[in-house]
Amino acid sequence: MNFVDKHKKRLAEVASQTIKTKLNTPVDIPDGVFVKCEQCEASLYERVVKQNNHVCPVCQNHFRIDVDTRLRMTIDEGSFKELDEFLMSTNPLHMPGYEKKLIVARNITKRNNAFVSGAATIAGIEVAIGVLDSYFMMGSMGSVVGEKVTRLIEFAIKETLPLIIFSASGGARMQEGILSLMQMAKTSAALHKLNIQGGLFISVMTHPTTGGVAASFASLGDINIAEMSSLIGFAGPRVIKQTIQQELPEGFQTAEFQLDHGQVDLVVHRQDMKKTLFHILKLHQGGLYERL
Amino acid sequence: MSAYDQVKLARHPKRLTSRQIISKIFPDFLELKGDRNYGDDPSIVGGIASFNGVPVTVIGQEKGIDTQDKIKHNFGMPHPEGYRKALRLMKQAEKFQRPVITFIDTPGAYPGVGAEARGQAQAIAMNLKEMMGLKTTIIVVVLSEGGSGGALAIGVGDEILMFEHAIYAILSPEGFASILYKDSSKAKEAAELMKITAHDLKEMGIIDSIIKEGPGLHEDADVGLSQLSLALKDALLRQSMKPIRRKLMARYQKFRSIGAFVEGKEDEYTN
Repeated sequence: MNFVDKHKKRLAEVASQTIKTKLNTPVDIPDGVFVKCEQCEASLYERVVKQNNHVCPVCQNHFRIDVDTRLRMTIDEGSFKELDEFLMSTNPLHMPGYEKKLIVARNITKRNNAFVSGAATIAGIEVAIGVLDSYFMMGSMGSVVGEKVTRLIEFAIKETLPLIIFSASGGARMQEGILSLMQMAKTSAALHKLNIQGGLFISVMTHPTTGGVAASFASLGDINIAEMSSLIGFAGPRVIKQTIQQELPEGFQTAEFQLDHGQVDLVVHRQDMKKTLFHILKLHQGGLYERL
Repeated sequence: MSAYDQVKLARHPKRLTSRQIISKIFPDFLELKGDRNYGDDPSIVGGIASFNGVPVTVIGQEKGIDTQDKIKHNFGMPHPEGYRKALRLMKQAEKFQRPVITFIDTPGAYPGVGAEARGQAQAIAMNLKEMMGLKTTIIVVVLSEGGSGGALAIGVGDEILMFEHAIYAILSPEGFASILYKDSSKAKEAAELMKITAHDLKEMGIIDSIIKEGPGLHEDADVGLSQLSLALKDALLRQSMKPIRRKLMARYQKFRSIGAFVEGKEDEYTN
């Protein structure tokens, strides 16, 4: 089996797993030990993985990374000015167990909510940027995420900044019921406003981007980028499998599948992400983004 | 009546489907098919008609009536081409300045390989964005079952009306129970928690008004139909008096303001 076949086979294996199983087994990388790639099962020295942008050097599987790591890889050091960091979820439907889940999520991430947003520069170009936090209740979108995404879009409009959002989400936050569903309409509405202004939105879908996030702002980029080896789709693979009572095709719902089916413009390896974003931003300078 | 009784009523086999409602309220309805890209999705029917002498565009999710018909209409679970057909017809309505009336009745988007391959996430998202800016009146009627993004994809509008015994939810109570309790048989408990009845949604400000059904659309549809007719007439009249700019601002604000959160400390931007 050559490298390409091997890679394809691994991608198919990832796709056949449920998002949940994958998210329940985070790759913890304590210092100075070996880590195992969950895809090719290679034992890797953690320092090597870190230096390789948290990508398995053997099979190119992209390990899950936290928001701070994502920002560090993407924006200029020290350029981040965070917005709306104090927004917090309530329990509007009084769902049992929701408050406890929120507390656990806050403790894990040391943040108030699942979306980190702000202003920053990428190789000197000012942007409005947001990152969904898959460690905070699977990056699910409830009222707070919907509000913060909307505020970030409104900020991009007001300050005339290009907008970049990194998505990683299991979908809508079930505990907030219909309020979560409506965040899909709310965030899409704000993007309609950005469109009228002529503002640029680059949507980066990372592992996993599914459900209500995939079916709202994440799919509405002027340019949609899928990070390599991400799972992207609306319905989860387990639900589809149950419905059609058949095995799913090889490589189903991978980034490469979405590229082949015309849903994304580019599949980008993590090591090339900043370069690619800069490339796109540079080609949109002038016009609306003219700086005096 | 418990919330789960409402779920059962909303799914009652004798309840009128979109096509049945359309044929009663819009006798001169002319069905228009196809998304002009891939195909025609029978789970969403659409076309043009007149209402009180005024041309309108009508779009509805169709579950089908008997078994054969249900299969044909895929039990009301749309594929991407259904959302795209709906959007095409809405753009057409915008061009000819016709109000749009949509009927929601779906368990949700179809979780299938083809639907994913043809970009169902993108199709839903595009409708949400485009409906927000559509320069004509949109009236949404939640007819029976409003499930997930599949329902919302034709659910953005200036006024959201809902039948008394309809439900509108992020997910079916069965699906919700299997996530929350890891047991889909606890749908009854889930339905109570989820706040999915017309009364709950009115209280939460998600819908604007409730259409009374009298004995119920499954028993005797006459009361419900005449109430629907009246409600549509009122809503269209109200909306026809609003200039389009104001209407679009109000539509944006309507969805912009939905959400429950607390703000621990104001940061400098939001001041």
